[in-house]
Amino acid sequence: MGFLDRLREGLSRTKQQIVERFEQIVREADAPERRTTEINPDTVEALEELLLSADVGVPATERIVTAVRARARAGQGLRDLVKQEILSIFESVEPVPQPTARPHVVLIVGVNGTGKTTTVGKLANALKASGKDPLVCAADTFRAAAVEQLAVWAERAHVDLVRAKEGSDPASVVFDAIQVGKARGRDPILIDTAGRLHTRVNLMSELDKIRRVAARAAEGAPHEVLLVLDATVGQNGLTQAREFTSVAGVTGIVLTKLDGTAKGGVAVAIAHDLKVPIRYVGVGEGIDDLIPFSARDYVDALFQASW
Amino acid sequence: MFESFSTRIQGALQSLRGEVRLTPDHIEAALREIRLALLEADVNFKVVSAFIDRVRDRAMDQAVLKSLSPAQQVTKVVRDELLALFGDAEGGLRKDAPTPRVILLLGLQGSGKTTTSGKLGKWLTRQGRHPLMVSTDVRRPAAIEQLAVLGTKADIRVYSPETMDPVARAAGALAEAKAKGFDTVIVDTAGRLHIDDDLMNELQAIKDAVRPTDLLYVADAMTGNDAIKSAGEFNRRIGVTGVVLTKLDGDARGGAALSVVSVVGVPIAFVGSGERLEDLELFHPDRIVSRLLGMGDVLSLIEKAEQAIDQNDAEELEERLRKNQFTLDDFRNQLKTLKRMGPLESVLGMIPGLGNMKQLAENKPDEKQMGRIEAIISSMTAGERRDHTVINGSRRKRIAKGSGTTVEDVNRLLKQFTEMRRVLQMIGQGARPAAAVKGMRQPAMPQGGFAMPGKKRKKGGPWGLIKTR
Ligand SMILES: Nc1nc2c(ncn2[C@@H]2O[C@H](COP(=O)(O)OP(=O)(O)OP(=O)(O)O)[C@@H](O)[C@H]2O)c(=O)[nH]1
Ligand SMILES: Nc1nc2c(ncn2[C@@H]2O[C@H](COP(=O)(O)OP(=O)(O)O)[C@@H](O)[C@H]2O)c(=O)[nH]1
Ligand SMILES: [Mg+2]
Ligand SMILES: [Mg+2]
Repeated sequence: MGFLDRLREGLSRTKQQIVERFEQIVREADAPERRTTEINPDTVEALEELLLSADVGVPATERIVTAVRARARAGQGLRDLVKQEILSIFESVEPVPQPTARPHVVLIVGVNGTGKTTTVGKLANALKASGKDPLVCAADTFRAAAVEQLAVWAERAHVDLVRAKEGSDPASVVFDAIQVGKARGRDPILIDTAGRLHTRVNLMSELDKIRRVAARAAEGAPHEVLLVLDATVGQNGLTQAREFTSVAGVTGIVLTKLDGTAKGGVAVAIAHDLKVPIRYVGVGEGIDDLIPFSARDYVDALFQASW
Repeated sequence: MFESFSTRIQGALQSLRGEVRLTPDHIEAALREIRLALLEADVNFKVVSAFIDRVRDRAMDQAVLKSLSPAQQVTKVVRDELLALFGDAEGGLRKDAPTPRVILLLGLQGSGKTTTSGKLGKWLTRQGRHPLMVSTDVRRPAAIEQLAVLGTKADIRVYSPETMDPVARAAGALAEAKAKGFDTVIVDTAGRLHIDDDLMNELQAIKDAVRPTDLLYVADAMTGNDAIKSAGEFNRRIGVTGVVLTKLDGDARGGAALSVVSVVGVPIAFVGSGERLEDLELFHPDRIVSRLLGMGDVLSLIEKAEQAIDQNDAEELEERLRKNQFTLDDFRNQLKTLKRMGPLESVLGMIPGLGNMKQLAENKPDEKQMGRIEAIISSMTAGERRDHTVINGSRRKRIAKGSGTTVEDVNRLLKQFTEMRRVLQMIGQGARPAAAVKGMRQPAMPQGGFAMPGKKRKKGGPWGLIKTR
C-alpha cells in the first residue's frame, strides 16, 4: 500500500472539515466566469483562515496567500496554485546526504509524549524487514517504565535491546549500545531518548553529551538525528524544531499521529522557516504504521476532494 | 510560557503609550498586533476574531478614547476580555461527590494522563485524602507498569487485578475502594483518538461502570488548532468536567487552552508544570491572564516560595537584609532555595516585569552557571563568605583555582553580588530601587521575606547577577 492509501485509510474515519471548506472555496473561485479574474478578498481571507487552522502558521500562510494572489491566473485553478506553492516550500528543502559509515547510529529526540519510543519500535521493524539487523538502545532512563515499554517493542520487532537501569546515565548506555552493536555486527543502531522540553537547559545539554559520547564510540555518530513531532502540535512545533536543531543537530523529522484529525500543518511552517526535511510519518499505534514521507502525496492528501 | 505573547501585546500597547489622544487608527494598529499574537499563540481563528471584535467595541468607546491614559484603558479592556474568556471558575475538583469519589482521566495519546494520575494522587494525599489508583490502559506497552512505578514513588496504592479487561479493572478498583475504605479512585485510561469509535465506546463503558464525578480531559499545552476538535468530541461523546493543561513548564503559549475553554465551555481544573510528581497546580484564571499580560504570576511564585522556604530562615534573612548584612552565605542559600523551587526557567517566568523582556529567552541563566556560582562561593573560606570585602587579588586567584573557574568569573560574581546587595538593601528598607522601576512594572514584592532582587539591567541576566553568554 502506498503513502496515499495509508494516509487515506488513516484519515477516512472522519469527515474532513478542512477539505470540505477548501472545496467550497475552490468551487467559488474557480467558477468558469471567475477563472480569469483576480481572486477576490473574501476568498483570500477564507484561504488564510483555512491554512491557519491547519497550524501552517502566519509566515508560511502569508507566503502562500501572497503567491496565490500575485500569480496571473491564466485560467489555472486555485487548487493547483495553492498545492503548487506548498509543494515548492517542501521542495526548497535539500535532502540530507546519508553518511555511509557503519554502524549507522540514529538518535531519536523530542519533547514529552510525541511518539519517540513507538517510532523506534516501528523503525526497527521496518529496517529488519528490509534485511538489516538493527539494535535498539533504551536511553530513556528517566520516565517510569520507559525501558520496559521499549523492551516490548524490541520483542515485537525481533531485535536486540541494550538497556540500563532506571536513573542511570543515558550517555553511558548509548556508549555501551554502540560497543555491543559493533561487537555483534548490528547496524543500524536506534537510540530512544527521554522526552524533554527544549526549554530545559540541563536536559538539552544532556543530549549534547549523548552526542559527544556517541561520537567517541563510533566515528561521526550520531549519523542521523530524528526529531519526533506530534501532528497535533501548534506553533510550538516550530520552536521545538529550531531548538532541537541547534542543540542536537536534527537532520530529519518524523510527524506522528497523522491518523487523527490534525493535519500537522506545522510541517509546512518548518519546511518554510527552517528547511529541515520530513522523513517519516506515523499513522497509527501498530508496528506497521510508519511510512516514508512524500511531499507530493502529503500535499495531495491535504487537499484531496475525498479521502 | 506566554513570554512572546505578552511581549507582543505590550509592544502594541506601548506604542500607544506616547499618544495623548487615541484615534480609531491607533486602536486598529494595536488590535492587529494583538490578533497576530493570539494567532501565533495557537488561539483558534474564530475565537481570535470574536475576541478582537469585543475588544474593539469596548476600546472604541468614547470614554476610553478620551481618557488621559488610553493605553492603560486598552490594557484593562484586553485583560477583562481575556478573563471573561477563561471564565471565573476556580480550578480543582467538583465540590460535591459521593464517597468514594471517582476521577477519570481521558485524552489523546501522550498528553500526560498517567503522569497526571500520579500527581493528582499525591495532591489528594496532601489534602488528607486516601486515593486508590488503577490503570485501564491495556494497550500501550508497559503502561500498567508505569502507573505502578508512579504509585510506589508517591506512596499511593495501585489496584492491579489479573484481568486485562479495562471495564472490569475500573469496576474492580471501585469495589476495592469501597471495601478497604479508600475515599477516592483515580482511573487512568489509554490514550485514544476522538475518532476511534471502538475506543470511544470502551471509554463510555468504563464511565458507565464507575460513574465518575470528575472527568478530566488531559491536554498538552503545546496543542494547536486540533485541540478544539478533540476536546469537543471527548466532551460531546463522553462528557468532560474539567481540563488538565500539561507541559506548561515549556514555552508553549497555551493559546489552545483559551480556545478549548471558550469553544468547548469546559473550565481548566489543573495545570501540569513539570515531570515530577509535585508539579501539579490548581488553575487560577487571574494568574494566567496576569501572566499573559506580563504582570507576573506573583501569587504562584509566593506559593512556590512558601513551599521551598523555611519561615524562620526567611525572617532572619529579612532582618539581615534590613541591616545590610546580607552575605555570600545568604546568597548561596538563596540559590539553593531557588533550586528547590524547581526549574529556573519556570520560576523566572513568574517574576513581574521579566515576562516583558524580549531577550529573556537568550538571557536565561542556565543551571550550569548557577552551579559555577555555587562552586565559587564554596571555594571561599567562612571568613570570606561572611565579609566579602576581605577578598583581595591573591584570594581571588586561589578561589578561582579552587572552583575551577577564572579570576574574571570570581570578579564578576563579586561585582554582581555587591550590586545586588545594594539593591536588596533598598528593598529591605522599603525604598524602591530607581533602576528597578525603569523598564519594568512595579514589582509586587512577595511577602514572607523572600528576597527577590527587583532589578534588571540591560546586559546582565534577569537577576542582574548571572552574567549571560
Ligand atoms: N494514534 C497514534 N498514536 C501514536 C502514534 N505514535 C505514537 N502514538 C502513541 O502516543 C503515545 C506516546 O507514545 P510514546 O512512543 O510513548 O512517546 P514518547 O515520545 O516515547 O513519550 P515519552 O518517552 O514519554 O516522552 C503512546 O500512547 C503511543 O501509542 C501515531 O502515529 N498515531
Ligand atoms: N515537561 C512535562 N512533561 C510532562 C508533564 N506531564 C506529563 N509529562 C510527560 O509527558 C509524557 C507522556 O506522559 P504520559 O503520562 O505517559 O502520557 P499518557 O500517554 O497520556 O498517559 C511523559 O514523558 C511524561 O513524563 C508536564 O506537565 N510537563
Ligand atoms: Mg518514550
Ligand atoms: Mg498513559
